[in-house]
Amino acid sequence: MSGFHRHLRSQRIIATFSGLEADLLRTLASQLVELLRNEAAVPHDDRDPFEALMDFSGPTSAPEDPVLARLFPTAYPGDEEAAAEFRRFTEGGLRDGKAATAVAIIDGLEEAGLPPELTEDGLMIDVELEEDQAEAWMRSFTDLRLALATRLGIEDGDEEYWYSLPDDDPRAQIHDIYEWVGLLQETLVQALSGD
Amino acid sequence: MGDVSSAPVEVEPTTIPDEITVRAVPWVTIVWNDPVNLMSYVTYVFRKYFGYDKTKAERLMMEVHEDGKSVVSTGSREEMERDVQAMHEYGLWATMERQE
Repeated sequence: MSGFHRHLRSQRIIATFSGLEADLLRTLASQLVELLRNEAAVPHDDRDPFEALMDFSGPTSAPEDPVLARLFPTAYPGDEEAAAEFRRFTEGGLRDGKAATAVAIIDGLEEAGLPPELTEDGLMIDVELEEDQAEAWMRSFTDLRLALATRLGIEDGDEEYWYSLPDDDPRAQIHDIYEWVGLLQETLVQALSGD
Repeated sequence: MGDVSSAPVEVEPTTIPDEITVRAVPWVTIVWNDPVNLMSYVTYVFRKYFGYDKTKAERLMMEVHEDGKSVVSTGSREEMERDVQAMHEYGLWATMERQE
């Protein structure tokens, strides 16, 4: 895994993935899209059904799912009313944006040759991204890492704990994936920073 | 009484400064530390979104990393709402409050 780098002649940001790696990234991105669209952005409530249906504005309370709560933090910690207003006006757009960047990863991998079902051994996927696509991937890698870290319960300075888990512990395997996406993101940041 | 009514309306001197003070109290955007975001990424976001130079972006990133939080921008409430929203787009944990 050498990650991303900027191709000097084309100035595109490129990376090569094995079929398995590309398939794994697609799975992660798909799960994020599903999560973002799954939990209703507007919470169910006991209002008159007509009134509830006529309310097209966004949610006012923090999402129950911990991953979504981390992706959409409360902007005004000390002011419930202002926090609710902020959420009402921003969360829908933020959800759409994060779903769109995750879809950009899926589309990018499939356009680069990842088949709907991975059957072929030894398949290599060459991804070439323009600047804005690369930024979208980089932001979505953040969302994927936040999602994995929240599910695992990662905290500052707990690396030893994760490395001490036996290899067949599913949490150790997820942690490996988390670190892999981190390495990918690091190389993407370096390629985009250009220094 | 004629003398008084012909005098210019006296402006209470405290009114205007008070209003200016209230309007001028700026808001701040705070980015909080989290165990996930890469130092290089946080620096990238501060450079890209706020247009800060590398030195300033790295100083703010180190504040987030070592002090747990950093004030990354100051301005009107509307401006700070835009900044907080942008930070959330980038996956950074940001909040806003009135400047102390």
